[in-house]
Amino acid sequence: MDWFDSWALSLAVFIPVVGALVILAIPKAREYQIKVVGLVASIAALIVGIGILSRWNWDDGGYQFEVNKGWLSAIRSNYHIALDGISLPLFILTLVIVVLCIIYSWNHWPEPRSPKMLLFLILLLETGMLGTFVSLDLILFFVFFEVTLLPMYFIIGIWGGEQRIYASIKFFLFTLFGSAFMLVGFLALFFLSEPHTFDIVELSANGGAAAAVISSTAGLWIFAGLFLGFAIKVPMFPLHTWLPDAHTQAPTVGSVILAAILLKLGTYGFVRIALPILPQAAHSWAPWIGLLAVIGIIYGSLCCLAQTDLKRLIAFSSVGHMGFVMLGIATLTPVGINAAIFGMIAHGVVTGMLFFVAGSIHERYHTRDMSRLGGMLSSIPRMGGVFVLVAFASLGLPALAGFPGEFTSMLASFEPAGGLSQSLFRGFMIAAAVGTVLTAGYMLYMLQRVAQGEVPGEYAGHHLHDIEAPEYVSWTPLIVLTVALGIFPSLVFNVTNSSVVPMFEQIFHHAIGG
Amino acid sequence: MLIADAIAAPPSDWWAIAPQLVLGGTAVVIILMICVKRVDPGWNALVAAVGTVASGVFAWEQWRQVTTDANPRLAYSGMIAVDGFSAFLVLVVCVAAFLGVLLADQYFKREGIDRGEYYALLLFSACGMQFMAAANNLVMVFVALELLSICLYVLSAWNRDDSRSQEAGAKYLLLGAYSSAILLFGIALLYGGTGTTNLARMAEIFSENVTREPGLVLLGMVFVIVGLGFKIAAVPFHMWTPDVYQGAPTPVVGFMASGAKIAGFAGLFRVLETGLAAFEFDWQPLLVGLAIVTMLGGSILAIAQRDVKRMLAYSSIAHAGFILTGLASGTAAGVRGALFYLVAYVFMIAGAFGVVALLARRGERYTSLDDYRDMFRREPVLATVLAFFLFAMAGIPGTSGFVAKFAVFTGVADAHQWVLLTVGTVASVISAYFYLRLVVYMYMRPEVDEGEAQPAALPRVRWAPATVVALVLTVFFTIQLGILPQGLLDMAGKATLLF
Repeated sequence: MDWFDSWALSLAVFIPVVGALVILAIPKAREYQIKVVGLVASIAALIVGIGILSRWNWDDGGYQFEVNKGWLSAIRSNYHIALDGISLPLFILTLVIVVLCIIYSWNHWPEPRSPKMLLFLILLLETGMLGTFVSLDLILFFVFFEVTLLPMYFIIGIWGGEQRIYASIKFFLFTLFGSAFMLVGFLALFFLSEPHTFDIVELSANGGAAAAVISSTAGLWIFAGLFLGFAIKVPMFPLHTWLPDAHTQAPTVGSVILAAILLKLGTYGFVRIALPILPQAAHSWAPWIGLLAVIGIIYGSLCCLAQTDLKRLIAFSSVGHMGFVMLGIATLTPVGINAAIFGMIAHGVVTGMLFFVAGSIHERYHTRDMSRLGGMLSSIPRMGGVFVLVAFASLGLPALAGFPGEFTSMLASFEPAGGLSQSLFRGFMIAAAVGTVLTAGYMLYMLQRVAQGEVPGEYAGHHLHDIEAPEYVSWTPLIVLTVALGIFPSLVFNVTNSSVVPMFEQIFHHAIGG
Repeated sequence: MLIADAIAAPPSDWWAIAPQLVLGGTAVVIILMICVKRVDPGWNALVAAVGTVASGVFAWEQWRQVTTDANPRLAYSGMIAVDGFSAFLVLVVCVAAFLGVLLADQYFKREGIDRGEYYALLLFSACGMQFMAAANNLVMVFVALELLSICLYVLSAWNRDDSRSQEAGAKYLLLGAYSSAILLFGIALLYGGTGTTNLARMAEIFSENVTREPGLVLLGMVFVIVGLGFKIAAVPFHMWTPDVYQGAPTPVVGFMASGAKIAGFAGLFRVLETGLAAFEFDWQPLLVGLAIVTMLGGSILAIAQRDVKRMLAYSSIAHAGFILTGLASGTAAGVRGALFYLVAYVFMIAGAFGVVALLARRGERYTSLDDYRDMFRREPVLATVLAFFLFAMAGIPGTSGFVAKFAVFTGVADAHQWVLLTVGTVASVISAYFYLRLVVYMYMRPEVDEGEAQPAALPRVRWAPATVVALVLTVFFTIQLGILPQGLLDMAGKATLLF
């Protein structure tokens, strides 16, 4: 199985794009073939992913399935890919979500109807996302990071709602603006570090020893550049304004992928690149990141209370949930990072699921205006039940997926890394705790308006379909995960911890020093 | 002594100017063909295409020799340089001319102004560009510049029944004449300061530290930069570009935008890096400033354009800024990036104007943004190809545009010029906006707003084989240089003139 160890990651990353090219070659009229090819390609990638899981060494926190080949030797950038405990969960989540999105779309394609183009873009997007999670070279990372932009831009711009053009351009320019500064940061890292390299492993070895020659001022500036690139993607307050527009306008599968995976590229960037390479700068910036994270939690929750549009509400809830993730990262402790990664996975599963249901609600009621919705539990009880379950998971009910990540994140901010102000972070913790109350508030308020109560008069005579077959198939895995992650959080924590702890040992021993 | 030198005929070194001879010779053959018998100009185009390929073969052989066995050398009493830089750019000119010939045929047939002389002029102009790439003497620079410019003036006004084309030709001629005069004045000042027009000799004089008149040299340097700045359309010398690009026949614009820019940059690189290398600390800040205003100016002004050809004109100005950035960095990596950028740019701009020429229809009627509404539904293939070039120009990874920008910025970062680097990346984001806007029009806007009358459906655009070949080539190389750019980066690295 040696060939598998060296080819598995490349296969998983590039099978989708091959599928996309095959789809391009099939005439538009043969819709069924197009759909089958799309599904098969995504499932094939998932099977490779399962193969990776089956051969995963669970005790090893280092990089596995590593490949390091020359690519652009002129600029000393290599095709260096691998997975470790931090990226593995996100990698698998991506594989799963894409398959589910394609199944969900099987019978209802957004208007203007064009399965060929939509599937082509989704598969291209999948390659970009998977590639980002496996990249261990800054340039390779950047390329994949950017590759995700175009498909999502087209998905929002072509299949979106009324304001789709505004939303898609805003999404594109915000992200491009951030990544421009990220690229400047990467180049500065390359030329200021000793030895000159783009390799993430080399740069972050020994607590960022390669980058330790960078003056602390330059380090702060570089971190600021990386911060802009990642924070816009997360998105952190006050750079979040593209998110509600993009989410509200995007078609269902676009929202799901955006919420479940694309936002994680930003937080993943912090954990994989910004923190290990520039620990000292991260240490200096951490209070500010924590502050913005907490503002995001409170502000996102307050915004949710004011929303009338269901999808917009869920979008703002993402700002809050990602705030918890960033708070965990800002503590600069192994506990915090573990919480952050768990939070990413949980948010991907739960919010992805929320957007699925919101899309199905919109399809049935033809509106997302919550003042016109209501009575889901009596008119379409099964979907209503699912919606209630996921909403509870999202508000952080113990024994569901939302709880462990956010709880651990607050726990971590009780005891931040040495040198960070304890009282400040404990203040953050209290604010975040207030945020969880607000979260419960808006989620229950939403359920009250959407799920409970009477069916509004305008739908009285209509028969509304309850959950249909493709929805069952695509939702079941996510519901199972929602419950399983809540009851057995160690499913994720064990994997991540094995890699987070060694990473922090390096940072602590070499850079921060206790 | 000088007179004796001038009278003694320099030894002939045909091999040194073989690519130029082939192009010029092909042009003469085409004129003779027309004199003997007017045939379908498609035959003239075929001869021209063969000529550019043959010239390219010679240039490739030159490249192979100077980079492997033979050392760089000078020929014709130091007028011509045969080195990696010249061979590289001569080769790129061949590519630009080849694409120019392929894209012209269908267009001129459609417009009913198809005459064989077009190809002769195009080849003469390309010949001038090649001489520019190889020029090692300021007099040679000037002669080459005039050869290429005068042909381009005529080509711009080729559609003589169209007032826009006439206007383009006249404007280009007037402003081009000004810039030539400025350049010539700069050359005179440099000669006054050093007593030579030979760039290699000039460098020797400076290295021996016997600069008698640094004031004259500096003034001459500024004039030369300004004169060549016109040719590469750097802000603030760009005023002619939008008008000429909008008015001139589109295939001419494609050739002009790629070829004239190569030549302008070739002259600028050669003069600054060879002749005036000793004054690097004087010209570098100038170029940094020029690059910053050019990148920002081109990108910002393009946002205001409603005409696609004008928009692409401003985009080409912005590209000139990015290429200048590489030179302004003063590092080998930056110059390598700039040379790579030139090649990537040739393919992108030729391809983009090629598609625009097809979509504009007879008489160049449809070039405004509104004419591109819903283009994806009407012309899916052409719209996708154009969108691809737009994304490439915006610098999206996976295309040559990204590698080009990245390679240039690498040089800037290497020089630790963080301000220039930041401005460059911001400018590239600004430029993404107007590229995206055209994509929005093509993919996301309905053909008419609600309530408006549906326009009469146009017949589908027909494709001539030559156009197909040109577009396939440009798309292929834009992808190939985006994914596996190593080969060309290595080539560009050997052609930087910096050792």
